[in-house]
Amino acid sequence: MNTDTIAAIATALSHSGIGIIRISGAEAVDVADRIYRDKKGFQAMRSMKSHTIHYGFIVDEKGETIDEVMVSYMKGPKSFTAEDTVEINCHGGILVLNRILELAIKNGARLAEPGEFTKRAFLNGRIDLSEAEAVMDVIRAENDMALKSSVSQLKGAVSSRIRKLREKIIYEIAFIESALDDPEHISLDGYREHLGEILEKLLRETDALLSGADDGRILKEGIRTVIVGKPNAGKSSFLNLLLGKDKAIVTDIAGTTRDILEEHILFKGIDLKLIDTAGIRSTEDIVEKIGVEKTREYARNADLILFMADSSVPLDENDEEIIKLTSSKKCIVLLNKTDLEPVVTEDMILKAFLSQDRKDLKIIRISAKESTGMEEFEKALQEMFFRGEISFENEVYITNLRHKEALQDARDSLLMVEKSLKEDLPEDFYSIDLMGAYASLGRIIGEEVSDDLIEEIFSKFCMGK
Amino acid sequence: MFQKQGFLMDQVDVCVIGAGHAGCEAALACARLGLETVIFTVSVDSIALMPCNPNVGGSSKGHLVREVDALGGEMGKNIDKTFIQSKMLNVSKGPAVHSLRAQADKADYSRSMRGVLERQEHLTVKQAEVTDLLWEESEKDSIKKIKGVKTFTGAVYECRAVVLCTGTYLRARCLCGESITYTGPNGLQAANHLTDSLKDMGIELRRFKTGTPARMERKSLDFSKMEEQLGDERIVPFSFSTDPDTIQKEQVSCYLTYTNEKTHEIIRANLDRSPIYAGIIEGTGPRYCPSIEDKVVKFADKERHQVFIEPEGLHTDEMYVGGMSSSLPEDVQLAMYRTVPGLEHCKIVRNAYAIEYDCIDATQLYPTLEFKKVSGLFAGGQFNGSSGYEEAAAQGLVAGINAAMWILGKEPLVLDRSEAYIGVLIDDLVTKENFEPYRMMTSRAEYRLLLRQDNADLRLREKGFHIGLVSEEEYEAVLKKKSLIEQEIRRLKSVTVGASEKYQVFLEKYGSSPLKTGSSLAELMCRPELDYKKLGEIDPERKELPEDVIDQVEIEIKYEGYIERQLRQVEQFKKMEKKKIPVDIDYDAVPSLRIEARQKLKNLRPVSVGQASRISGVSPADISVLLVYLEHRKEKI
Repeated sequence: MNTDTIAAIATALSHSGIGIIRISGAEAVDVADRIYRDKKGFQAMRSMKSHTIHYGFIVDEKGETIDEVMVSYMKGPKSFTAEDTVEINCHGGILVLNRILELAIKNGARLAEPGEFTKRAFLNGRIDLSEAEAVMDVIRAENDMALKSSVSQLKGAVSSRIRKLREKIIYEIAFIESALDDPEHISLDGYREHLGEILEKLLRETDALLSGADDGRILKEGIRTVIVGKPNAGKSSFLNLLLGKDKAIVTDIAGTTRDILEEHILFKGIDLKLIDTAGIRSTEDIVEKIGVEKTREYARNADLILFMADSSVPLDENDEEIIKLTSSKKCIVLLNKTDLEPVVTEDMILKAFLSQDRKDLKIIRISAKESTGMEEFEKALQEMFFRGEISFENEVYITNLRHKEALQDARDSLLMVEKSLKEDLPEDFYSIDLMGAYASLGRIIGEEVSDDLIEEIFSKFCMGK
Repeated sequence: MFQKQGFLMDQVDVCVIGAGHAGCEAALACARLGLETVIFTVSVDSIALMPCNPNVGGSSKGHLVREVDALGGEMGKNIDKTFIQSKMLNVSKGPAVHSLRAQADKADYSRSMRGVLERQEHLTVKQAEVTDLLWEESEKDSIKKIKGVKTFTGAVYECRAVVLCTGTYLRARCLCGESITYTGPNGLQAANHLTDSLKDMGIELRRFKTGTPARMERKSLDFSKMEEQLGDERIVPFSFSTDPDTIQKEQVSCYLTYTNEKTHEIIRANLDRSPIYAGIIEGTGPRYCPSIEDKVVKFADKERHQVFIEPEGLHTDEMYVGGMSSSLPEDVQLAMYRTVPGLEHCKIVRNAYAIEYDCIDATQLYPTLEFKKVSGLFAGGQFNGSSGYEEAAAQGLVAGINAAMWILGKEPLVLDRSEAYIGVLIDDLVTKENFEPYRMMTSRAEYRLLLRQDNADLRLREKGFHIGLVSEEEYEAVLKKKSLIEQEIRRLKSVTVGASEKYQVFLEKYGSSPLKTGSSLAELMCRPELDYKKLGEIDPERKELPEDVIDQVEIEIKYEGYIERQLRQVEQFKKMEKKKIPVDIDYDAVPSLRIEARQKLKNLRPVSVGQASRISGVSPADISVLLVYLEHRKEKI
């Protein structure tokens, strides 16, 4: 079969502890062979029989193990796509799946387009013709979804940075091209030095964006984590502790946080969109009341709720109200102010949660004031995350991977320009790779190249006879 | 059944309407392929007229001429016979953008082409204005069939195919300030009737405009205030069939001068008298050759603009004022021109003017340049919304060839974007929405490293030969060239040199780093400081090779990495081009297409998935869906 090799995460991540990465195409085995080692540490893909499953490890380029996995190999045409297919079953956890997928891509696979496995399965005759319509709908839907998330999940600031970067690039291309098209009107004398300087800036900016993509900073959403608790339970202090700076206003007066504060952080490798809420209590203060309403709404949409309980004062009806909000949500109880005389015990909390029939409610004793209990919190969070208990639409991570791939491509193109400059190649060679960078960056913000260049040439440079 | 009565004059194979650069190529191609052809022109004295700039070629346009020549067209040969100065542009840049441009003796060019037409067997030149196209409705579908043409005097020519090459003549009007004349270029008679006939057939027309600068009397100009622009020392011919040694001759000079703040002031002060800025001109003008008014308004921060003074021929004193086309009134023109150094006492022979004309949106055409709605009706040149002699010639040639192929029942000639600039040109015209006269530009060709002017023969001679426009002798010459290139590249890749004294001395001489291990001659050639010629010093086995072979060897080795990358991209591109869309496809039956895409596809009816993917408003997702649908349909049939 004359197709390239594609890879993607084949399972929905949100509910499952186990995730599958599927690699399909003529070089599926080669790609897998570069990243999979059997239990003795040997490359073992090539000797694997079709339709067998094996225990082993995924290792990165430095030879470090990323995860223990089960790998299965299905020789085409007896596979979903009718191509040679390798599936890597791993422990799930978005980060791990993501890393393995990235590794597969680094080693020769291409990130599958939305709906591409289905498309290949269909085109290779694996899906019945009667399903054609459904197949087209899937492709349509997945494409729309990918496009939507690609653009919408990007932080506003990031997309404007990418736009600016593209503007700078297209300007340079237009300049070169207008000089090529009209050498008698537009001269390229001294242009190499100028481009060298521009290139340095472009590369610096691309690098910055890439490192942002590495830790997820270019995306808007993380795990929506809502901190709730009655006024003055220490929610804001805790948030500050996580953020490492004094963002929320912290006073001893109950009800200081009236607006909702949002922060996006990468906490120990986990993407959190932290939402600090106004404390909940029956109130007549209008402003505060609005805040309380908002809190309820956020709690309803949360992926994870952090319930902040004040261990220095008895649980009251406000706490009861808040506990109601947490029902059917993943929840961690933070028993704060352990630096003070404790009034509330863990048993009392468990009792308060009794009606929710939770199996193992996580209760962590902390002191936001003295920064204790943070390690336990971190451990609890990671456990939940890697067991797949908390997650969010996997599309976000895939999107990030697409963005990263595109940024990397853009960077590679810019490096090619740098190389052509160093090798003193003629100017028309620069614009080839500048265009490559421009197109790659366009993929991130969902913009095609089409006739941008011609427009730019005519609007910026005075051509012709 | 004919729509109108007339008297039957003749029965032929092909009628070509218009004898400009497109019409000439179309008619010659048909006649040379043995078809009885008539070419109509409003004036036999205006055959292959150059109503604007006195040159052929230039950036990317030079490529087109080379390609026309490689396919068996006439333009290259004709300019080789009639040029008065020649220059290879962009020589300091990469080989892909080297571009030949020659100043023509306009009258000579026209006369020479007329002679070629007149001597051509099977070709009749007829001075007449075609006013009607004759056609019949088809019984089975909505596609009309062309039957012939009728002239103003009622003469009917029955034929099997018609090629429309009306240039800027359809309902033309010329504007010079407040003065408007209803004529074609140079005061020639406009064609005022054909438009109605085209509309009757369901063809949609639009209006474009373009312009030309003044011509001046040579003796009124002071060249001492300008920079002289010489031609190249060694002249490279346009045609692959022209022996370079036969065209080395004395050349004439062009001159360069500049506008200044004074010029711009006059223009700004009189903008209200410009038909464009006063809103009298309705047509859309080209942005790449803006009038001097446009330049001054749009690029207000530019202190000066170049002005090229170019001779119109050897037997005339007229000089073309390149860079200063205008539709300002005569008195303003004169005042503005006289601010330019060297032009202080200029006398204008012909005023600058703008011209408006009817043309079509070429998305009504297939890539073969045949109308989708009318079988047997083809179109080429400025009528298709392009601009430039070279663009016209290229389309005229393709339209002519395909009219002939259609009559002969043979495969049409469709060049794709990876094969030729002609392919890019036509694909752009028939696929993209085009809002101004289309000019070829090197930046439009995405695979330009492969589409060089130096290898047009290697790319296209074979096609021209199979069509029947390239002689056996010409074809064999290119086959021989190809094999010499391949042999030499293979040899250079296999001959290795070691790190011995002799080679190190050689490298040191050219400031190249010494060898540590063995290296092939080809590898050494990739070093920027070395080339084929220098390597001759350490390459005793080398055979004597023709200059053009050496050029190819050098380019292919030096830029191998880039060329290979483009070749890989072309592979991907070709996959989509090869996926044909059946003509009877019902886009309403394709599920999941977005409305905008569905509409665009219905209107444009692309021939391949590749073409569909280039339509604005059709997204990659739509293409995916379309691919799956086509596959599904194939299975069902």
